Amino acid sequence: MYVAVKGGERAIDNAHRLLAEDRRGKTSTPDLTVDQIREQMKLAVDRVMTEGSVYDPDLAALALKQARGDMIEAIFLVRAYRTTLARFGSSLPVETGSMKIDRRISAAFKDVPGGQILGPTFDYTHRLIDFKLAADGGDPEEAISMDDAMPQARHVLDLLAGEGLVETPEASQDQAPPGDITRTPVEFPMDRSTRLQSLARGDEGFLLALGYSTQRGYARTHPFAGEIRVGRVAVEFQPEELGFPIQIGEMEMTECNMINQFQGSKTVPPQFTRGYGIALGHGERKAMAMALVDRSLRAGELGEERTAPSQDEEFVLSHCDNVQATGFVEHLKLPHYVDFQSELNLVRKMRRQVEDGIAFAGKEAAE
Amino acid sequence: MSTETQDDGLEYNFAYLDEQTKRMIRRALLKAVAVPGYQVPFAGREMPMPYGWGTGGIQVTASILEPDDVLKVIDQGADDTTNAVSIRKFFQRVAGVATTEKTEGATLIQTRHRIPEMPLHEGQILVYQVPIPEPLRFLEPRETETRKMHALEEYGLMHVKLYEDIARHGHIATTYAYPVKVNDRYIMDPSPTPKFDNPKMNRCAALQLFGAGREKRIYAVPPYTDVVSLDFEDHPFEIQAWDNPCSLCGETNSFLDEVIMDDQGTRMFVCSDTDHCTTRQQQGYQGPGQEAAE
Amino acid sequence: MTETENLQTPLLSVQSVTKTYGPHLGCSDISFDLYPGEVVGIVGESGSGKTTLLNCLAGRLTPDAGKVLYTDRLGSALNVHTVSEPQRRMLMRTDWAFVHQHARDGLRMTVSAGGNVGERLMAGGARHYGNIREQALDWLEKTEVDVSRIDDRPDTFSGGMQQRLQIARNLVTGPRLVFMDEPTGGLDVSVQARLLDLLRGLVSEMGLSAIIVTHDLAVARLLSHRLVVMRRGQIVETGLTDQVLDDPQDAYTQLLVSSVLHP
Repeated sequence: MYVAVKGGERAIDNAHRLLAEDRRGKTSTPDLTVDQIREQMKLAVDRVMTEGSVYDPDLAALALKQARGDMIEAIFLVRAYRTTLARFGSSLPVETGSMKIDRRISAAFKDVPGGQILGPTFDYTHRLIDFKLAADGGDPEEAISMDDAMPQARHVLDLLAGEGLVETPEASQDQAPPGDITRTPVEFPMDRSTRLQSLARGDEGFLLALGYSTQRGYARTHPFAGEIRVGRVAVEFQPEELGFPIQIGEMEMTECNMINQFQGSKTVPPQFTRGYGIALGHGERKAMAMALVDRSLRAGELGEERTAPSQDEEFVLSHCDNVQATGFVEHLKLPHYVDFQSELNLVRKMRRQVEDGIAFAGKEAAE
Repeated sequence: MSTETQDDGLEYNFAYLDEQTKRMIRRALLKAVAVPGYQVPFAGREMPMPYGWGTGGIQVTASILEPDDVLKVIDQGADDTTNAVSIRKFFQRVAGVATTEKTEGATLIQTRHRIPEMPLHEGQILVYQVPIPEPLRFLEPRETETRKMHALEEYGLMHVKLYEDIARHGHIATTYAYPVKVNDRYIMDPSPTPKFDNPKMNRCAALQLFGAGREKRIYAVPPYTDVVSLDFEDHPFEIQAWDNPCSLCGETNSFLDEVIMDDQGTRMFVCSDTDHCTTRQQQGYQGPGQEAAE
Repeated sequence: MTETENLQTPLLSVQSVTKTYGPHLGCSDISFDLYPGEVVGIVGESGSGKTTLLNCLAGRLTPDAGKVLYTDRLGSALNVHTVSEPQRRMLMRTDWAFVHQHARDGLRMTVSAGGNVGERLMAGGARHYGNIREQALDWLEKTEVDVSRIDDRPDTFSGGMQQRLQIARNLVTGPRLVFMDEPTGGLDVSVQARLLDLLRGLVSEMGLSAIIVTHDLAVARLLSHRLVVMRRGQIVETGLTDQVLDDPQDAYTQLLVSSVLHP
């Protein structure tokens, strides 16, 4: 007799219990604490904050724990939580020029005012598995610390802009207040501020691949890493009734300014163009990839022919959000009985028609 | 910022969304009702379900739900499919509204892929979950271009697709998400409901609202609005028909799910609308499957 | 259209059209008129700005200066670049046709030949499958495309056949003005000859008004009544086709003519 093939409440409840068990793993292993994740899985936490669009290391660490280390799932948790937060207002734009710097490098100049500051980086490590870490490697050697007051330095690109050698950010932006993709529906074509927001939330892997494609010849932009800086910036808020800004906290951020292909003509003196990338926490790969893609998406504005995927605004921005992407890909797991039934009936009907046709033709031939 | 887990639904606003967001969505809904079939962009929020699981429909429902509403949630026509259960539980938790499996008694029905068999009545609202709201999307991938095509009523391409079907198969081979023209103006995707359900949309007494969360679009068909399935004069629109009645309730005029019973491939056909089927069985109707079992 | 009345009013009037790409010149200060029933050929070597000009005329590019006026069915002159977009798009799918050099730019490669020809009819409101198909068959026949291929996709067609299909798709609604960009470019010589023959037949049979861009003087001689010779973005000579080709006045035209064998 007909058995219920459709799932039910009990199945769901039990699935959730199984999930919780799996998340915990063997109970003989100590439970991972949120503090441990925040302190020792910092780069994962930072990525969750960036793509989740909330600066809250504790929350991001908790999301990672709940998501069993699945980045996109953790990002998703943070985004859904963000939906429920009341919005009091907008902070003033952060001044990355007055960042307290942890790391700051320029690949365009050997030395720059303020210096090259290597900071914590994988760049010059040898990628050898460190088995000491498995055997509880103990505390690391102490690094030579810089002054307690972290250094500040002007943007490298400002130095070039002074000479007119590189476009100023103002030149490429309209003065309208920046859009907010979490509060207003996006429409194409997008202005640059809205586009940068989409990219900042965009999937690191997707942007990395697109940025990479520009380097391999799909819309080359001749990039130089003008400056990458990582450090803490002050967040200021100006309550309407107060009339002056107050500092409400600090955020760690990573910013990348790419210097790209110059443009000019007989009448317009040549100038380098630029691409911009930014991420919450320490996220150099993301910031650099974003800067490459940003520059590529400016093709229309800069009068370049659009030929490559990275220059196609609708293609890039409609598909860079990993929460949207994973949702739609994974929704194929949901039942589609009804649609499939419709197709099944149709294919049967069509097969019947073809078979009847063949039978008919055969009969005719025989006669 | 608090990082405490919020297991208790009461900590959220009624129906999860904050009032500002609801207002924004209601504005979009009003516009959608005023321009039937037109896709209104709205600033969709991240919901606690994944995109593709009905976040658009959920946001629409959350924005219009009132405490005395009676909610019914179906997926593939059934109240007991996993996703329907999950969405119903969500609203029980964050809104505490009454729920029902009865089409008749519901004031608000959220659905994925089906329209109930029983005709809806005035005052009811049917909320559809929509994955891809743009009926022209698979003919033209660009949003900037499709919006222009709608604005200028450039719909020739849609008929090219139907022409191709007939040229290749002898009849229109679109079985679900079958495009319709609403109020003699906009071409609309009815969401992936089978074309069997298209006639139910035409001059329907209930308000029909469509929410696409990932694509951030809302559209609507107000009560008693013309909804016409596209076709050719010499190849008129037709709905699916089955050779057999429902095995359980004997209904001959409903959409049937095919159930594979055993490894030999024995099949039975039963109503996809579970409420319709059980109601009929309670009324004493029997299908061939029931008789055989007795 | 009542030809006699309108003979004095140009169908398309091109007035001082200039288009540059940054420092590069596309075309500069181009003026000429096209009268109903007339075919004008725009000739010149590659890079002379012919295609840029054609795209300006057809409203596909906006010139930096100058204007293009089109006289519609009601006799009013529309500025091609300032009419509203709905109006321009309406023109493009009703009054005008555009034949691309590469057939794949003008065809839907994944849609059957019949669907390609029927699209403009359906865009115009045709809703009877049988009638649409009949007209498609009729046009396939006119353009010498094997009618048994009506349900095949153009990507299974030869280059010449694709080009003939593109022409059928464009002419099915009887456009008043046809733009052609190197319609025989990229085809074998024998295929070219057949296509030219076909085009010449259609042009005279339908009394088409057309602007044809070509670098091939033989094509220009066969199809066009008048010629516009371009070099480095500018017009160097205009006149009746035979006059320009048999007795070129400008030094560049002389060079151009002497460099090809006469038919």
